[in-house]
Amino acid sequence: MSALMIRNLHKSYGSLEILAGIDLEAKTGEFVALVGPSGCGKSTLLAMIAGLETVTSGEIWIGDRLVNSVQPKDRDIAMVFQSYALYPTMTVRQNITFGMESRGVPKAAQAEAVQRVAALLQIEQLLKRKPGQLSGGQRQRVAMGRALVRDPKLFLFDEPLSNLDAKLRVDMRTEIKKLHHRVGKTTVYVTHDQVEAMTLASRIAVMNQGSVQQFDTPKRIYDRPTNMFVAGFMGSPAMNFIPARLTGSTSISVRAADGSDASLALAAPMPAGAPKDVVLGIRPEHIYRFTTDLKSRKPAVASMQAPVELVEPTGAETLAVLRLGDLEITGRFEPDDAPVMGETITLGIDMSRACLFDPTTKALL
Amino acid sequence: MAEIAPDASFDPARPNPTGFDPEAAAATRRHFWSRFLVYAVLTLFAIVYLVPLLVVIFNSLREQSEIARNGLISVPRSFRFDAWAQAWGSYCVSGTCEGMKRNFFNSLAMTIPATIISTILGAMNGYILSKWRFRGSELIFNLMLLGVFMPGQISLMPWAFLLGKLGLTNSTYGLVLIHVVQGISFTTLFCRNFYVSIPDDLIKAARIDGAGFWRIFRKIILPLSPPILIVTVIWQFTGIWNEYLFGVVFTSGQQQPITAALVALTAGGTTARAYDVMSAAVLIGALPPLLIYLFGGKYFVRGLTQGAIK
Repeated sequence: MSALMIRNLHKSYGSLEILAGIDLEAKTGEFVALVGPSGCGKSTLLAMIAGLETVTSGEIWIGDRLVNSVQPKDRDIAMVFQSYALYPTMTVRQNITFGMESRGVPKAAQAEAVQRVAALLQIEQLLKRKPGQLSGGQRQRVAMGRALVRDPKLFLFDEPLSNLDAKLRVDMRTEIKKLHHRVGKTTVYVTHDQVEAMTLASRIAVMNQGSVQQFDTPKRIYDRPTNMFVAGFMGSPAMNFIPARLTGSTSISVRAADGSDASLALAAPMPAGAPKDVVLGIRPEHIYRFTTDLKSRKPAVASMQAPVELVEPTGAETLAVLRLGDLEITGRFEPDDAPVMGETITLGIDMSRACLFDPTTKALL
Repeated sequence: MAEIAPDASFDPARPNPTGFDPEAAAATRRHFWSRFLVYAVLTLFAIVYLVPLLVVIFNSLREQSEIARNGLISVPRSFRFDAWAQAWGSYCVSGTCEGMKRNFFNSLAMTIPATIISTILGAMNGYILSKWRFRGSELIFNLMLLGVFMPGQISLMPWAFLLGKLGLTNSTYGLVLIHVVQGISFTTLFCRNFYVSIPDDLIKAARIDGAGFWRIFRKIILPLSPPILIVTVIWQFTGIWNEYLFGVVFTSGQQQPITAALVALTAGGTTARAYDVMSAAVLIGALPPLLIYLFGGKYFVRGLTQGAIK
């Protein structure tokens, strides 16, 4: 059974369309991430699931209930806000019990629930403090405690980590993942950070301009992005897009730095009816320094020459900007095997990992 | 700006056994004189502002005969509290000899309820206009703002008509009603602008937590409100207490608030003017706002400048 089902959901403010027909589904216990650039409608979608925004048309089902006109408090959901939204005049304990008090839960049950959640999140020693006396990470925990204590059908997270500094964000990300494993609640998680989406989610919905571009597992989204938007949005550094021509059913040619055409063999034959002009999408980590050893390990590797324009070592890896025709592409190399600036390198491109796109429809071929 | 003279004796590379730094000393001197100037000007202005108050205080403690002899503005050569007692309880104004006592209590009976009611209404209006916006709520807010800029005398005629219809002329209740309505614009403006700085996420979180309109107001908004409620209470109390126009137009004699009665005191009577009693009466009338200022002034400034969430 699905814990959440969204059918053809629309939202508009007057003539301004925010969501243009969203279909989405989360199975019980699943962790779904909504990811997209700002203004794509992901937060609006979440607010509509929570009942904080009205539905223009379409259906939202939580469990087996159509909740379009159900009040937020009756939807059996809990939400963690980007700003945490802790009640500033209440102690941590009061923050956590506020919802239970509103629903008339007996005092003894409240105390028990607070104890359980505080132990789970290790915030027992903070219960008497006010939000103003907490650090960012502690506030984050309390906000999650307030959501957890409800034991809802559905957890909603609205960019919960974006107010934390980089290191804490990574720590809390791990904790959210652990927590989800332990609690096993269906979760919808909004983020603009594609790494967060990749690491946390069991399925990701990539959104742009009010519609879902692709809804799939992180691996499928990363390996087989359904269009150039998804391909470009997911992954950092972004996927390289190289204009190419089909020269047969199993080969394409691209313009090299010296103006000559380099022919690359495709790993699988193109279907009939594919356009002559295509866009070759290749992720930086699928570009190697060509060696015969590489060729024997990865038979689908195609080789071509490219001058190295710039090298950016990051420690764990070295990024190299390579010249290809009149465009620059990025390759990701082992630091020990990294190219040097000014060198012309023979690239090995793993064509089994390449994606080909239609330049007019932007869709994956 | 004065040029800093090059000092031959000063060499930063050479150790300075005496610890004397001529540059630092000069800076200290300049600092002293600029401070001196600032404080001198401030003191002068403070004196100019305080002298009238001082004159009134002096006169309330001087004997009438001494005032007549030495003039209104003079150092007291007599000292007694008789004028205060008279002004409070026994001085005769247009036939009745009860002093300002009754009018003082009239003012309290008018100011306290009007302050409380208009503050509560302002807080609720502000809550709705900032956190429960609806189609046209901005328009309503702007119309209410108009009330801030509307001089009181414009509404004299409508109020006369309304109080007549309600049978509330010449009564403290009538004045309470007037001041509540006239005050809502200000209290709404104060509270609404304060509540706008409370993040909407708090309200959303509370709604998901199952709290409704009133519970959110009582449990989340009101506990955050003391800074702005202090501002509106001080503003309303002072404004209503000091208000004179409505009091003098819509009430007479024993029903008048103290501001209106003070006018009757100075205007009435064919006898020689009792400056000592008048001074004491004025001070009695000015005391409540003055005390409010002394005890609440700093909260007023703080409330106006700080947001809801620190």
